[in-house]
Amino acid sequence: MSLLELEDVTISFGGLTAVESASFAVNPGEVFALVGPNGAGKSTIFNLVSRYCTPSGGDIRFEGKSILGCAPHDIPRLGIARTFQNIELFEHATVLQNLLIGRHTHRQSNAISEILHLPGVRSEERRHRLAAEMVIDFLDLQPYRESLIMGLPYGVRKIVELGRALAVEPMLLLLDEPASGLSAEETDEVAFWIEDIRQVMGITVLMVEHDMGLVSSVSDRVLALADGKTLAIGTPQEVQTNPAVIEAYIGLGDDGANE
Amino acid sequence: MESLQLLVSGLANGCVYGLIALGFVLIYKATEALNFAQGDMMMLGAFVTLGLTNDHYWALPFWVSVPIALLLMGAFGYVLEITLLRRMSGQSQIAVVVLTVALGFIIRFLAGAIWGHEPQSLESPIAGVNVRFAGLVLGLDEVAVILVTIVLTGLLYLGFARTRLGLAMQAASQNQLAAYYMGIPVKRVSALIWCLSGVVATAAGILLASKGSIDPNSGLLGIKAFAAAVIGGLGSLPGALLGGLVIGVIEPFAARYVAAGFSQVVPYAVLLLVLIIRPSGILSQIREKKV
Repeated sequence: MSLLELEDVTISFGGLTAVESASFAVNPGEVFALVGPNGAGKSTIFNLVSRYCTPSGGDIRFEGKSILGCAPHDIPRLGIARTFQNIELFEHATVLQNLLIGRHTHRQSNAISEILHLPGVRSEERRHRLAAEMVIDFLDLQPYRESLIMGLPYGVRKIVELGRALAVEPMLLLLDEPASGLSAEETDEVAFWIEDIRQVMGITVLMVEHDMGLVSSVSDRVLALADGKTLAIGTPQEVQTNPAVIEAYIGLGDDGANE
Repeated sequence: MESLQLLVSGLANGCVYGLIALGFVLIYKATEALNFAQGDMMMLGAFVTLGLTNDHYWALPFWVSVPIALLLMGAFGYVLEITLLRRMSGQSQIAVVVLTVALGFIIRFLAGAIWGHEPQSLESPIAGVNVRFAGLVLGLDEVAVILVTIVLTGLLYLGFARTRLGLAMQAASQNQLAAYYMGIPVKRVSALIWCLSGVVATAAGILLASKGSIDPNSGLLGIKAFAAAVIGGLGSLPGALLGGLVIGVIEPFAARYVAAGFSQVVPYAVLLLVLIIRPSGILSQIREKKV
């Protein structure tokens, strides 16, 4: 059974159809990429899956169950975590605190035992701290553990946001342009991490990405979109050589898109 | 001895300001909105308790009225959020300020229409009882005010710092979008904050009304409490209490030693001074300095 399934999903904003009858399924354990020119509807699909927008038609299923009745704050509890294109972190908190907020859905203690700081709460806190420390080690964030987000450079924030999504311990990770604004070395690092996230942590990844180099090196399957319509779906190689896709990236043929 | 006596009564007054200021800070911390109806909510809470407990009205026992009033005012805060303030999301902060100022007027008018405009006292078991302590004559009401304030501030402070809900509130105030995707029901959290600030306002109102008297215009104390919140540093709960105490203690001393026309101005002069020397308040944002 596929982990995430979109069936005939359509959404319009005013007169503009941002996504038109999109249908695809993401299988457990795969890295699935959405590509396409600006305004193709990639981020809208993300916002639909994370329940920020509601489709005007079609159905979205996670683990076989429709999630159209869920609110955005139900999403992490289902096992879906996301990052944002424009980085949405808690600016006045430290890196560690941001990761710990990622553990919110896993916290179980009640207010009274928390105020009294009972042993049960302490051991639970140790567990969450441990989970956060594992993410810190995985992403090499040790030097920034106690730094406030607002003082950090862009590249580090991008990684902290990825870390916070990992702290949620999701089944499905939605990455919105994980490499945008990063240097070539940083992008290579992201590719390496996505590989590990899939293989070591067993997390399925759905990502939107413009960097075709990154897309072809990490994704199993790619869906190309333009103007809200599905152009092609298949392996990175198949999609990149698809005539309709090349057409949509006029002037950015096979070679151009690989730059 | 006289200054000690002044100090204690100042501290007791300051605690009431501090409690109202706590309401300001709670809402500001969690939703970045300023609730200028906080003083009026305090007044309404006092009148609701008074209406339940005074012989002239429902004549319920004091210890029965208090929980009912706290519950009712908590519900009032909750309903205010889901009916009015929720619609203001995305609007400028000034729009929310104007809304809450208007809300204050409405509450003042309603309280006047229901309970009249004359000052009334709450018939509470702590009113008018004196205790002697180390040569000082303290009103039991003053002692109760100080104790209740310390306990409430402590609980709220720990609640914010340690509980799941407290952390959710802090997260929601910093970034709503991100908070949603950490599993925090942002809207429910804001409603709970308004509920909580209704409860805190009522506690302040009950204490004020048993210490002295209350009338529909008592809500204007909210202005002093706002000054207290700013002095302490908007966003800091212990700061709100500290600011309240500063203003509360300055008042009786100013009344005693400063010429009559000027004593009223002294608290605001202190506010100006704090804003000039330490614009972010005494306790707030010390952390930011590290950056």
